[in-house]
Amino acid sequence: MSNQILVVVEHLKGNIEDITFEMLGKGKEISSSTGGELVAILMGSGAEGMASQLGIADKVIYVDDANLAEYNPEAYGKTVSTIVANIQPKMVMIGNTSMGMDIAGGVSIDQNMPFIAYVSGISADGNTITSSLYGGKMNVDSSASGEGSIISVVAGSFPADAGKADGSPNVETANAPDLSNLSLQFKQLIEPESGDVDITSQEILVSVGRGIQSDENLPMAEELAAKLGGAVSCSRPIVDNKWLSKTRQVGKSGLKVKPKLYLTLGISGAPEHIEGMKDADLIIAVNTDPNAPIFDYAHYGVVQDIFDLIPALNDKL
Amino acid sequence: MNIIVPIKQVPDLVEELEINSSGTDLDREWLKMKLSEFDDHALEEALLIKDDQGANITAIALASDDIDKALFAAAAKGVDKLIKVTGVTGSSTHEAAKAIASAIQDMDYDIVMTGVQAVDDRDGQLAVLLAHYLKVPHVSVVTGVEVSGSNIVVHKEYSGGMVAEFEGSTPIVLGIQAAKETPRYVPVAKVRRAMRSSTIEEVSAGEIGVDAGSTVSKMYKPQSGEGAEMIEGSAEDQASKIMEILTQKGIK
Repeated sequence: MSNQILVVVEHLKGNIEDITFEMLGKGKEISSSTGGELVAILMGSGAEGMASQLGIADKVIYVDDANLAEYNPEAYGKTVSTIVANIQPKMVMIGNTSMGMDIAGGVSIDQNMPFIAYVSGISADGNTITSSLYGGKMNVDSSASGEGSIISVVAGSFPADAGKADGSPNVETANAPDLSNLSLQFKQLIEPESGDVDITSQEILVSVGRGIQSDENLPMAEELAAKLGGAVSCSRPIVDNKWLSKTRQVGKSGLKVKPKLYLTLGISGAPEHIEGMKDADLIIAVNTDPNAPIFDYAHYGVVQDIFDLIPALNDKL
Repeated sequence: MNIIVPIKQVPDLVEELEINSSGTDLDREWLKMKLSEFDDHALEEALLIKDDQGANITAIALASDDIDKALFAAAAKGVDKLIKVTGVTGSSTHEAAKAIASAIQDMDYDIVMTGVQAVDDRDGQLAVLLAHYLKVPHVSVVTGVEVSGSNIVVHKEYSGGMVAEFEGSTPIVLGIQAAKETPRYVPVAKVRRAMRSSTIEEVSAGEIGVDAGSTVSKMYKPQSGEGAEMIEGSAEDQASKIMEILTQKGIK
């Protein structure tokens, strides 16, 4: 077992995702206090240039292979597993993202290492890990039983700026495992449909969640948004139920927004939603549950039935 | 086409959650449970494939207090076979994955689809763990599945609404984020009929030999932000106060 902290770099279309910098920043804090080394693993094809953005790392392990040109669950999973087997890090940090959710569990089983998911906090010594569970309603502190662990970090948990440093980290090239017989092939990236309202450019968003109960209740939220001069956005369940299009979704698998006003109606505030809206200038949250996590992030909170509050607001506008 | 859908019950988050006396888990005595919403989507996606091209669907779950109801509800929706795995004592996803893998590894299956995550899978998501125990490929955060013979095309969702398309072949394990349609509703009367007409096959988990690999020291309600300033009163009072704030901030 080495004393290294390994951060799996996530990139899409040539851009390193913020979650990577969040983990690098936090990883640096831990490695500084424990005297370990912060190592970033970068996978791609002709992507070595990205290493210059990873200046905060003590070392970058770069793995180049044609099969790593685009993210592929199987190819990336096998590669991370191989690197972990070689360097035996104390901690592997992976984003609790679409990519990380493919990889982390597999490495846990292949390398027989504990896996702690939904991580939103890590103690300075790296030993106590906080997971955000039950839709953000409960935190759980835990510690890995053995030495070494894999953790998947929820985006938005740590400041990304703390992990951004240019420079020339020591880049070490490593060979990819044999990826010639992959059973999964990347075909294409499909851009989100356009033509709908761009919620990222709206100054006012009225955002509906599960509390709206039915698509039949959407018109009253739309009326409110129109009267306020904004648009309707939503949390994930609304899109999963096909009540609104994907273009309106705020959060982890949706869009990140920063409007002047973000008014939530019946959104409880799961971590996946919070990461997409917590930087709004003014957040007013309406929910029937006084313990809803959204009230920890809102500037103003209203415990009320949205079907009483929305008409009252519409009357005043 | 044989599809296996592992499902589970999770606490209904609409209810208030309480912490038990040891301070490390939920107080489960009065906890209201419901089918994990992502499992509901996985079940729906399997049913859509069955509607479209015919399939034999098996729903499988670890034995727990009210899992029979969830299994019978699945049968009422069109699932063909119900399996309950007994003898799992721990609550980790690693144990669940190992037990389900043992139960299905010798079955003839093309696709295993389950919810992409659950509200309580602290040691990782079931789909990926299951895939590695079964040693078959896997994709998570899936929002679209097209199957044709042994060929399968899946859509995997990234942030910002971007979608990646992958092509592979069966057998495969998928973590479903959302089905193509809203999960279907099944009336209680139909579930009752399914209770009479369907049977749940019980399979013993046997030797598990894995656990979460970590120990919980504390569970607590988060206090992550500063906390909102609460606006009290009737809906009418609250609406007036909101209007005041909006005027004050120059928004309206």
